[in-house]
Amino acid sequence: MSVSAIPQISLPFLMGNSLNAWSDALAGLTISWFPLGLVIIAAIPLVFIALYALTYGVYGERKISAFMQDRLGPMEVGKWGILQTLADILKLLQKEDIVPASADKFLFVVGPGILFVGSFLAFAVLPFSPAFIGASLNVGLFYAIGIVAIEVVGILAAGWGSNNKWSLYGAVRSVAQIVSYEIPASIALLCGAMMAGTLDMQQINLHQSGPYGFAHFYLFQSPIAWLPFLIYFIASLAETNRAPFDIPEAESELVAGYFTEYTGMKFAVIFLAEYGSMFMVSAILAIVFLGGWNSPLPNLGALALYDWTSGPVWGAFWIISKGFFFIFVQMWLRWTLPRLRVDQLMYLCWKVLTPFAFIAFVLTAIWEIYVP
Amino acid sequence: MSNATYISIFYIFAAITVFSAAFVVFSKNVIYSAFALLFTFFGTAALYVFLSADFIAVTQVVVYVGGILVLLLFGVMFTNSIMQTELKTDVLHVVPGTLLLVATVGGMLFTFYTTASWKPSDEQLQGSVVERIGFETMSRYVLPFEMASILLLAVLLGAAFLARFDKVSNNEQ
Repeated sequence: MSVSAIPQISLPFLMGNSLNAWSDALAGLTISWFPLGLVIIAAIPLVFIALYALTYGVYGERKISAFMQDRLGPMEVGKWGILQTLADILKLLQKEDIVPASADKFLFVVGPGILFVGSFLAFAVLPFSPAFIGASLNVGLFYAIGIVAIEVVGILAAGWGSNNKWSLYGAVRSVAQIVSYEIPASIALLCGAMMAGTLDMQQINLHQSGPYGFAHFYLFQSPIAWLPFLIYFIASLAETNRAPFDIPEAESELVAGYFTEYTGMKFAVIFLAEYGSMFMVSAILAIVFLGGWNSPLPNLGALALYDWTSGPVWGAFWIISKGFFFIFVQMWLRWTLPRLRVDQLMYLCWKVLTPFAFIAFVLTAIWEIYVP
Repeated sequence: MSNATYISIFYIFAAITVFSAAFVVFSKNVIYSAFALLFTFFGTAALYVFLSADFIAVTQVVVYVGGILVLLLFGVMFTNSIMQTELKTDVLHVVPGTLLLVATVGGMLFTFYTTASWKPSDEQLQGSVVERIGFETMSRYVLPFEMASILLLAVLLGAAFLARFDKVSNNEQ
């Protein structure tokens, strides 16, 4: 059965393979005055984050870390422990919602909300498929970099609101880290934007599509692109507070960083936000350097692998699997590298990544001008 | 999107902006004021989107939320006695205050009404705004752009100099 036949079937919902066909159709869907389609468009990434955090995020991370340490991981609930996450969610739902007596009640409650909104807002511009994007902005990439700022305010609200030394330390460390690493990350992404000549996420993807599959990806178009690719990957680890840059929640010194005081569903929301931003940075990495929803398989003569594996549904498959691959690398690194000290972290950002990002920027500009 | 929905979303964002700005001014807790500023900046960014100025809207979020607000929160949080300080929010000097307010607002409104033509532009924006901004910055406005760059570079050097670890005085201790 050829799955690529789906775009040709004229189902009302799967019509055409023109750009943004699904999201445009959804946006037009209104019931009397209520724009139901717009709500559905916003709900799709939300459901996606929840499902992926449940399955791959929590269960996958526990299994992967277990296998890396030669353990079995969760095995009790369901076969191979598959239902472990569901049991955890039930436990979190039943937990008492504790607000510390001396905490700032309002900021303590509102912090995780702002944090999650900040991480979720960037999903508005992620093209999940050639036919689906929340908002096709012509400043999409810039928006995705910039909106992280709201997450920073949420972290500060949670850290300050907890009224706990560890929380405040964690929040301050986290914010200092995110704000510093934004600079090499943005410059590295700018290299990708320069190769595309646009900031529109769908256009960046379109520029990287072609019958030779992976050969059209920016990473394989120019050898210089590897430098910003690596810089953005390292910086994105710091921006999502993942190991080896997880000093904001360093268990050995800060208990759990800015979410030390959180229990129950508020804790779950913070974790959902963290998994959300993990997928977000991985997807941005995939979009800017690895072709986003484009199939990596080339057309080889009669074997038209690229044509068979392209289309709206395949697009969603490719971008999500590319994103998941980078999340896997993030998890892999977590169990491989030791945690950096605060001064080492800042040294890496300001004295290594930022100068190299500038070098990559200049080299990319030269490459774009002189190499056809 | 129908017109009614569009207008109602506009008023929601306008209300968020105005009410959070009022909260910033009237709140007696500095931390709450600083956090309310987030919603003011966010609402302003949304209002820019209604003016089809996407680029300015995102820049607003990057500069004001990512830069200024975070700096402000850091400053407020690291000031030890910030929560103990009694903020003076009494109403003083009603008559001069009112006069000043009326004069300022009246002057500003008068300037707005006399200088701006309150009509939507006939010319529709063609193509990507980002490219237009890039071309204009690099051609017509290249001098202000370069001057801003030099100013920022000087600020950067000055900040690094002030924050530098002073080796001499450290040895004396």
